[in-house]
Amino acid sequence: MIAVIRYGAGNVTSIMNALFKIGADARLTADKDEIERASHVIFPGVGEASSAMADLEKSGLKDVIRSLKRPFLGICLGMQLMCSFSEEGDVPCLGIFPERVKLFPKDRGYKIPHVGWNTLENTSGRLFAPTSDEEYVYFVHSYYVPYSENTSASTRYDGLCFSSALEKENFYGVQFHPEKSAGVGLGILRRFIEL
Amino acid sequence: MLAKRIIPCLDVKDGRTVKGVNFTSLRDAGSVIEMASRYSDEGADELVFLDITATVEARKTMVSLVREASRVLSIPFTVGGGIKTEDDVKRILDAGADKISINSSAVRSPELIASLSSRFGSQCVVLAIDARRNPSLPSLYEVMVDGGRTKTGIDVLSWALQGEKMGAGEILLTSMEKDGTKDGFDNGITKLLSTSLSIPVIASGGAGKKEDFKKVFTEGMADAALAASVFHYGEIGIQELKSYLRDEGISVR
Repeated sequence: MIAVIRYGAGNVTSIMNALFKIGADARLTADKDEIERASHVIFPGVGEASSAMADLEKSGLKDVIRSLKRPFLGICLGMQLMCSFSEEGDVPCLGIFPERVKLFPKDRGYKIPHVGWNTLENTSGRLFAPTSDEEYVYFVHSYYVPYSENTSASTRYDGLCFSSALEKENFYGVQFHPEKSAGVGLGILRRFIEL
Repeated sequence: MLAKRIIPCLDVKDGRTVKGVNFTSLRDAGSVIEMASRYSDEGADELVFLDITATVEARKTMVSLVREASRVLSIPFTVGGGIKTEDDVKRILDAGADKISINSSAVRSPELIASLSSRFGSQCVVLAIDARRNPSLPSLYEVMVDGGRTKTGIDVLSWALQGEKMGAGEILLTSMEKDGTKDGFDNGITKLLSTSLSIPVIASGGAGKKEDFKKVFTEGMADAALAASVFHYGEIGIQELKSYLRDEGISVR
């Protein structure tokens, strides 16, 4: 069973529907035992970092997440919360990845949020196929994780190269929305649930 | 590289897709879910469902339609039309929509933009603006409401800037003169908004030929282009449009 973590950060209908499409047995839950028992855990997130962290702190899910040993996938804000710190609300996050989450620099003439379909580059690791480079996925975000040693895919937005995916041990993160990235996204979710 | 987006719009009335010429005289174009999944398969980057149903009773069917669309689609979609309250938005987002668009209700109570973006995030708040030429205003365009029937006296650029400041995540700009004419997008006002705002601008109204899309991305500097009838009636195929744009050096998915 795949646990999709329910907490105070946004809409999960799309991710549940996408998991259903690929035939996954997924359940939306905030129950710690259920999350610990799950074969895979998905950590969605659309919303604001500091309030999401407050919610995870209050519910006790913060420590549960950090101690998980099974494949764990954070999506969008979910991935950002797996980092050490976010400039969004200046909040310490889960610290699974050492990176700091930054706001896209303003006044460089490009638009914030970074919204729309952009390409994956330098893909590596287990979420991606050999053909994943240059494939388009759907992004909506104003904050980003810089390119780092844990980067498993990068994307460029007007000259800035950021982490569109991270991977470290059993922890995976994607900045884009696989559930909204048509066949390419469903393929990434499928590779995750097959881990 | 960030791709320019092609967005088919489905005007929905009583669960069916329709398209009006200059917002009137509706013509039935088919089943909503069927068309939505066809567009998604053909490579549409996003979809917009615009609810033009008038009655409260029929609006409830929109929520079940959104739920069904969310099960079928794996690309983002926006729902607009008649959204007035936070509760309306919550119902539609819970049903699986990615974004909502607000128009007349935002003009009547601009604080709605702020309350929606702080509750649901600015990424899901699309401010739709219907613009009509009015040379007496600074940007030469006036904001129209009620499906284009009512004048407001508000300047389009100042309203768009206010919307951005209050937390709108994108602007959906429709040219009232161009809508339904197939005479090309209004690239002038699109460019003015796109260069004045730091949020994406979706251009709408007037798509007739493939060249119109090229122009709205180059001359109009739009981030995305929305159209309805050229896609509904098969005059332009989405794949065909994208390969044309790619050949013209425009980044598309």
